Amino acid sequence: MLTKRIIACLDVRAGRVVKGIQFLDIIDAGDPAELAHRHAAAGADEIVLLDITATHEGRGTLLDTVKRTAASLFVPFTVGGGIRSAEDAEAVFTAGADKVSINSSAIARPELIGEIGASFGAQAVIVAIDARRGNRPAHEAEVFVSGGRKPTGLRVVDWAREAEQRGAGEILLPSMDTDGMRNGFDCELTRAVSEAVQIPVIASGGAGSAAHFAEVFKSGKADAALAASIFHFGITDSRALKAEVAAAGVPMRLPC
Amino acid sequence: MIAVIDYKAGNLTSVVKALRFLGATDVLVTQSPDDVLRADKVVLPGVGHFQSTQLLADLGLTQATREAVAKGTPFLGICVGLQWLYAGSTEAPDTAGLAHFAGQCERFPATFENSELKSPHVGWNSLENIRPDSRLLAGIAPGSFVYYTHSWRALISADTAAATLYGGPFTAAVERNNVMGVQFHPEKSAETGLKVLTNFLNL
Repeated sequence: MLTKRIIACLDVRAGRVVKGIQFLDIIDAGDPAELAHRHAAAGADEIVLLDITATHEGRGTLLDTVKRTAASLFVPFTVGGGIRSAEDAEAVFTAGADKVSINSSAIARPELIGEIGASFGAQAVIVAIDARRGNRPAHEAEVFVSGGRKPTGLRVVDWAREAEQRGAGEILLPSMDTDGMRNGFDCELTRAVSEAVQIPVIASGGAGSAAHFAEVFKSGKADAALAASIFHFGITDSRALKAEVAAAGVPMRLPC
Repeated sequence: MIAVIDYKAGNLTSVVKALRFLGATDVLVTQSPDDVLRADKVVLPGVGHFQSTQLLADLGLTQATREAVAKGTPFLGICVGLQWLYAGSTEAPDTAGLAHFAGQCERFPATFENSELKSPHVGWNSLENIRPDSRLLAGIAPGSFVYYTHSWRALISADTAAATLYGGPFTAAVERNNVMGVQFHPEKSAETGLKVLTNFLNL
């Protein structure tokens, strides 16, 4: 049976893993390569590394981090942040990534989705959509870019459909409303997007307990769910988390 | 020498990396039919569109593969590399596969048992009905999880070495003598995947 995926996310700045709350308040959480391996060994189904500053000067550091992390990592490995062209994507793939996640650059130039897919396959292109809805219904959630600083006027469900048509392999859906709050994922938003597209949807933002994961897989119809801070400070590890989610009736890859 | 065929489809880095991690020292990424003919083992990775396998015929690699497997060289196709071992795929009807195994690869159905079936099939799914005589899957327990990302698949046949269930059973691994293929990505399937690659390296 196809299992739901638990994805460990490492937000990286200048070669170190960091974690923010609602895109602010950065805390140092360790070395990316070391943490990626620890997560994989503990049963994380996939690793995502997001370069959250993504400055031009920092590309060398990032590629070195990707290379170090990928060297002996044998689960799917995604890298995002600062990928603005097919050449940027190629450099990340060559360093050892299996997939890239693109965000603002896909909004700025949607052709980029197809360009990366043409060389590396659709499965290698994740389109990340930073979503904010406040008190509005899920289908009115709006796409934000530039690390959540700039509204675009685009509706999340519409952009997800367009990204799929242009050849995205998966949608990563961080909710800015729930990010870092540990009160649960935005299940309504995740479900709205999951029902709008055929490709897998990765829920993100708000993980605080195993029950939150079970909820976003069941009622949110997520194919995968991403968490960062829940792992880093010893709240739980993937193995314990997955056992609890499985006990709630969600198919998980067990034993790890 | 292990020849890893480069036909400009997807990313070879992770397959080569996994082979080297497992101790293979002489791995050659190549497009040359001569390298395929003199190789001790051949790996055909691949992810993406079946159309991209057209390059194999154009470069003379289809013929070289036919000769190499006829003289007993172990051959492993991964993902689209497995599909290429069949006669073809409905994804690119004008592109011929090796036709070592009979049948056409087909897309997952849009619905299964009255509910919508998402496609592509992405994620970790389990290996079932592992053939006891499979050399590629020796030592792998039924129910072990492997990582998939694909929309086309080969149906079950006598050469199927293991099945996975998604919209009904499909061929997770195929094996007849020295010719083998896996629809999943062993290079991304943690310990189980590394065991498959180790089995292949030890042939």
